[in-house]
Amino acid sequence: MPHFCGIRSSSNIASGYINVWAINNLVNKMTKYSALQLLKNALGGHQDWGRAWRDPEPKASYDAIIVGGGGHGLATAYYLAKEHGITNVAVLEKGYLGGGNTGRNTTIIRSNYMIDGNTDFYEWSMKLWEGLSADLNFNVMFSQRGQYNLCHTPAQLDAARRRGNIMRLNGIDAEILSREEVRRNLPYLDYSENARFPIYGALLQPRAGTARHDAVAWGYARGADQRGVDIIQKCEVLDYIWQGATIVGVRTNRGEIRAPKVAIAVAGHTGQMARMAGIKLPIESHVLQAFVTEPLKPLVNTVISYGAAHFYISQSDKGGLVLGGDLDGYNSYAQRGNGPIIEHTMASALALMPSLARVRMLRHWGGIMDMTMDGSPFICKSPVDGFYIDGGWCYGGFKATPASGWCFAHTIAQDRPHKLNEKMVVERFSNGYQMDEKGGGPTPNIH
Amino acid sequence: MLRINCPFCGTRDHTEFNYGGDATLTRPDQSNTDMVTWVDYVFMRNNPKGPHQEYWQHVQGCRSWVKVSRDTLTHEITDVTFAKDIAQNISGSTKPVGGANQ
Repeated sequence: MPHFCGIRSSSNIASGYINVWAINNLVNKMTKYSALQLLKNALGGHQDWGRAWRDPEPKASYDAIIVGGGGHGLATAYYLAKEHGITNVAVLEKGYLGGGNTGRNTTIIRSNYMIDGNTDFYEWSMKLWEGLSADLNFNVMFSQRGQYNLCHTPAQLDAARRRGNIMRLNGIDAEILSREEVRRNLPYLDYSENARFPIYGALLQPRAGTARHDAVAWGYARGADQRGVDIIQKCEVLDYIWQGATIVGVRTNRGEIRAPKVAIAVAGHTGQMARMAGIKLPIESHVLQAFVTEPLKPLVNTVISYGAAHFYISQSDKGGLVLGGDLDGYNSYAQRGNGPIIEHTMASALALMPSLARVRMLRHWGGIMDMTMDGSPFICKSPVDGFYIDGGWCYGGFKATPASGWCFAHTIAQDRPHKLNEKMVVERFSNGYQMDEKGGGPTPNIH
Repeated sequence: MLRINCPFCGTRDHTEFNYGGDATLTRPDQSNTDMVTWVDYVFMRNNPKGPHQEYWQHVQGCRSWVKVSRDTLTHEITDVTFAKDIAQNISGSTKPVGGANQ
């Protein structure tokens, strides 16, 4: 939609540039990002970029409402528009978009799941990641720097081999490394005689890596908005509007909004939003803490998952080491954790990398993890007509963002799951087909 | 650090306890063969945002199971009771609730 805002002239700019600039002003402000745009705007003092997404008032009705403006909700809106031509969509976010778990995770992306129903799904997500920045015309800083699952016993390495073989049989890259190979690649870990848990080897997925979590939210938001999706922030769903046994809309703090299809993608609040629809789920919401250190020169050039404790570390492009570990272990919506886990996480960090002993933690925060009874998620229809659920991602939802949005959009648009998410249903608990990667059973806080 | 007032040992750090989850559930009798009842008990949870009744076991102390009333948003603990006392109140006797050893 062309947006004419007049021609700005400046005596400081050579006449040749003014012509190009003038033409640009006639075109939609939300134009394609490119090196040429960057140059033009740099010359103009970056006055003219325009909003990345609009801030519209909610309409009275839409074809579909997505509750939750995080990565999954925004990706769903994007793919509804792009893949299914459904653009009359509203994404409702009670806070600011991407302010929940999408802005709090430790940015790890991998597709090394071994349970049938998970394996292909996460690999599809990986393939979407590989084309995402180009697709969104927004740099999500996807860096395929690899991910190491360290092993500390022969038995653990055997289990890693099994996982690696399952990956390979599904066409996913996986390598088993010896201790010497790990040491060659990651010399900064503890290989001394004093190592608390000596490194025996590792399972490596070379195509795994990290991305800039905020950029993913922003990229999907801009992409969805450009296709006509309304992103409504500071809009909290207070209740559903019912017509008999069907949900036909939502009641929000910004008024009533109707739609024949209402879909929730609200992470830690999945249980709450489902309960409001009369649905009980196999979910406990738990707090997970994460940390970032002061910026350091490049040190950790990959993603490392410790095998002796639940601990993972990588380095952001700003230089801070991003690390995290176990849940606190008790139900919580507080988005803040407790001292014991801070100690436990730091102890794990030092056992893995003794050189971190004097590095300072810069920031520390928590999120709400919707932990399921088997550690695997839901992307499904619900017992209520016109109501769809995307949740139960535990602490592993960030890597799933593209595939979750893609599959959820399919499920909503066609009112049936795609093959990739057909097992991610709540009924699997009644049918005895739990997808339990850890083999831990119905104890949410150990998954 | 959550501070849990064990009725036997006194106020202790939560790290002395193992978390036992939702304490509002009643285990179905072993003779019950209704799968809906069992799926509900084993898997489905209310998961409230606010006041929550939950079990903790004082594994590094007296090893008693306690029922804690804690707010899941503020983490404030308002009550701690022996779980055994509640079980006795429900069954009206000192027999263990549920289980095979009746």
